[in-house]
Amino acid sequence: MEIKNAKYMKSLTDQEKIGISATIGGTDVTVPLDPANRHYEEIMRQVAAGEITIADAD
Amino acid sequence: MSKAAQLAALIGSGQAQGDKNLIINGAMQVAQRGTSLTGQGASSIFLLDRFRMNTNGASAGRYTITQTADGPSGFANCLKLDVTTADTSIAAGERLFIEHPFEGQNLQSIAKGTSDAQSLTLSFYVKGNAAATYVAGFYDNDNNRQVSKQFAVTTSWNRITLTFPPDTAGVLGDDNALSMQLRFYLHAGSNYTSGTISETWIAADGTKSVGSGTTSIFDSTNRTFFITGVQLEIGETATPFEHEDFGTTLRKCQRYFAVRENNHASSSQYFSLLQAYNTTSIFGYIADYPATMRATPTASQSGSFGAYKKDSGNASMPTTIGNLVGTNYGWRSDGWGSGSNLVAGDASVMFANAGAKLIADAEL
Repeated sequence: MEIKNAKYMKSLTDQEKIGISATIGGTDVTVPLDPANRHYEEIMRQVAAGEITIADAD
Repeated sequence: MSKAAQLAALIGSGQAQGDKNLIINGAMQVAQRGTSLTGQGASSIFLLDRFRMNTNGASAGRYTITQTADGPSGFANCLKLDVTTADTSIAAGERLFIEHPFEGQNLQSIAKGTSDAQSLTLSFYVKGNAAATYVAGFYDNDNNRQVSKQFAVTTSWNRITLTFPPDTAGVLGDDNALSMQLRFYLHAGSNYTSGTISETWIAADGTKSVGSGTTSIFDSTNRTFFITGVQLEIGETATPFEHEDFGTTLRKCQRYFAVRENNHASSSQYFSLLQAYNTTSIFGYIADYPATMRATPTASQSGSFGAYKKDSGNASMPTTIGNLVGTNYGWRSDGWGSGSNLVAGDASVMFANAGAKLIADAEL
């Protein structure tokens, strides 16, 4: 699964982390911080393998 | 056996009940993502709901996948693969299969991993451009176990029936996670073909998943593969395909993938009511998913959106919803900025232009 541009997102209202923005298979998506979500699972796998990093939120 | 006795036996076996088919969208009716994708083969993708094209390795083979209006009597649609680039130099690790993933909690009735484990009978209709031999099988993701069987394809629609033995090893998790996959192997390198195919459940051994003597769909650009009427039922008998109305199948599919779209041909439609947070930003809850999803989904959007100010003037928002996220119950924006002339606390009606859609993906 090709994952690019992974970056944490923050809520405008309370500044809490709300997900990870990323480009997956050419589509811009928001991945929830949910281990049952297959995209989140794959992002964490690729981070653990040193293949990608997740940028901090702005 | 009398008709009454046959009926009693069916009821006793559980096969006379509704929802006997463990497959969702087996008649290939639902295609929420679209009806055609070209140039595929480099990575795994979904087109028709619940059926993933799973790619391993780096085959040069490419195909077009479509929901096609073709099928045996009683079926209006099928999944069709049409090879556009051949690959006759197959690397060891290459593999292409059609996959239908299952949640463990939906397979508890097969009693896998217990002394009461049930046989499973898989039936489906297939045809191709020429004679071919492929493999269907199951992979137990919870316990890393597998079983496979070959089947033949001809140029006419034929119903294939394959009965798989019970597996008394490897209990499936009773949860919403991936527990098992049905796989139709269409292309495989020696990592998957060098052993003898195992028609009984064994610990995972890739070399025995496909075995020798099978066709690679990528052996020619003439190759096509059509499949529909996929049914998986408990027991050793294939019963007639259990047709469902479209709405029932769509609702089942929406547990895994959902779309909310303004499908009006030309005009924008009001979509939701948000609130201004400051002079440039709005936020709030946008819409429910049409069904309870399996897990918190990945959210995305296509097309263009906008929002109005309190005085009904256009708030000049960017046409992409900012901070769109999926919750466990619906889509929301946690802050859509770069608008203008908003007043904090005012309501803001959000709209979707023609063809704009929100997408939620909770597939396994």
